[in-house]
Amino acid sequence: MIAIDDLHKEFPGPDGPVPVLRGVSLHVAKGEIFGIIGRSGAGKSTLVRCINLLERPSRGSVTVGGRALSALDGPALRAARREIGMVFQHFNLLSSRTVRDNVALPLELTRVPRAAKRRRVTDLLELVGLSDQAESYPAQLSGGQKQRVGIARALASRPSVLLCDEATSALDPETTKSVLALLKEISRSLGLTIVLITHEMQVIKEIADRVAVLDEGRVVEQGRVFDVFTSPAHSTTRALVREVLNLELPESLASRLRHTPSTASHLVVRITFTGAAAHAPIMSEMVRRFGVSFNILHGHIDYIQDAPYGTLTVDAAGPESGLQAALDFLRHHNLKAEILGRVAETDRAVA
Amino acid sequence: MSQRLIELLLEALGETLAMVGLSAGLAVLLGLPLGVLLLVTRPGHILAAPVFNRVAGLLVNAARSTPFIILMVAIIPLTRAIAGSSIGTAAATVPLTLAAIPFMARLVEASLREVDAGLIETAQAMGATPWQIVAKVLIPEALPGIAAGLTITVVSLIGYSAMAGAVGGGGLGDLGIRYGYQRFQGEVMAAVVGVLILLVQLVQSAGDFTARRLDRRQSPGRDGK
Repeated sequence: MIAIDDLHKEFPGPDGPVPVLRGVSLHVAKGEIFGIIGRSGAGKSTLVRCINLLERPSRGSVTVGGRALSALDGPALRAARREIGMVFQHFNLLSSRTVRDNVALPLELTRVPRAAKRRRVTDLLELVGLSDQAESYPAQLSGGQKQRVGIARALASRPSVLLCDEATSALDPETTKSVLALLKEISRSLGLTIVLITHEMQVIKEIADRVAVLDEGRVVEQGRVFDVFTSPAHSTTRALVREVLNLELPESLASRLRHTPSTASHLVVRITFTGAAAHAPIMSEMVRRFGVSFNILHGHIDYIQDAPYGTLTVDAAGPESGLQAALDFLRHHNLKAEILGRVAETDRAVA
Repeated sequence: MSQRLIELLLEALGETLAMVGLSAGLAVLLGLPLGVLLLVTRPGHILAAPVFNRVAGLLVNAARSTPFIILMVAIIPLTRAIAGSSIGTAAATVPLTLAAIPFMARLVEASLREVDAGLIETAQAMGATPWQIVAKVLIPEALPGIAAGLTITVVSLIGYSAMAGAVGGGGLGDLGIRYGYQRFQGEVMAAVVGVLILLVQLVQSAGDFTARRLDRRQSPGRDGK
């Protein structure tokens, strides 16, 4: 649906051009929710603005729905932009227009007949759950309601692509959830392709199918959200993932970890559960079969796109053979078992 | 107050209203588009035309820096060409209009500049043409500011119109000078000043009220919720 090839964008600066995008290539499939995440200054806002040519790329091409946008100009570009809806961080509603008239604006631009316009706006307000606010002005609405108006307006011209530029960054966590749920719902029901940029991994986790991580104008990692979350490869991705999945060991424990084997010590193991294994009673089975006892130090289960993903850090004590058998058992069940170190027996009491 | 004075006042008020009303109307008609052009032809704006912008800006500044009394005298040939005469109320309207257009244009430009750039970007993303952006986004969003600008323009015009006596334009200012100053009739001067104060007060209140009604940015809106 969207193909971005070797996109470069430079902005003029006092000391010559400043590169913001340095060769970005992305492909977004029809009907998918594609997340682009990065720190501020990574170039994500510029990237999303290059998709509908609000920023003209310095080099490279942008194709949406088979049409090379970067080659268009004037009326052809404006016609192409009507196929692409856009939602903004600060909503960008016209304060002088009612909710109804804000949503009607894109339809006025193409001179849709009055009756058809009215019907379309009524349907859209119903879709976003704001039918009772049609005659209100934006100043009378909450942030979440304003963004719903923004979404309804973006959908008015029946676009096939929706660009969301930090659409939830100005909203509180609860409102964010409800706006994301709405986006997910319309993506499914309308077969809409959504490109969503954000600096919050939580948003990606909640809604995106695939994600690209942008760092200093380059895509450093991309893939299915579940894969990127469970095995991030790039340091930026790992840092972003850590913000939502709390995988750090408590300081008191980390400082006592020894990395040399010694007698009568306990293994500290981080077990990562993904998919079906997260539901199986693995731990209790290991206790029964191998005579190993577990002391849970740290645990976390999360759902990414409805797939469970958990980590459990345990202090495992038992005969060396039993510990080895337990590790083999875990690997046999396709669970990642990572030996973080050992804790001496005497230290254990403190834990 | 004598019957005669009231008659004189009413006649002068009528002349002032005619001069101010006509020139304010023309100032809106021509100053509004000029103000829009001053903004949208800036470099990087939706209809960028840097050379035009520079020339228009210079002309506007030149007109605005000429004292009104000098402007009025300097353009007498133009006034004669347009109004058919350089004397009278109609003739006074020409310099008044000419002074009001650039004044209004700068105020319009300033109000339009206050409109959030994000709104322009939003309209561009919808596929709006530059003129659609002007008509549907910039002007409606700046309307409270434009109304305030028009109020300032009208109040200034009332002040300028007092100088129209110099070209025999009549009006309240002329009455005050001729009767109050030259014939030492203090009560005429007092009456003229009183009527002018009332008039300006009235214009300002009407302008403020209109601007408030147009402004939906903070107000609770018409249903008062």
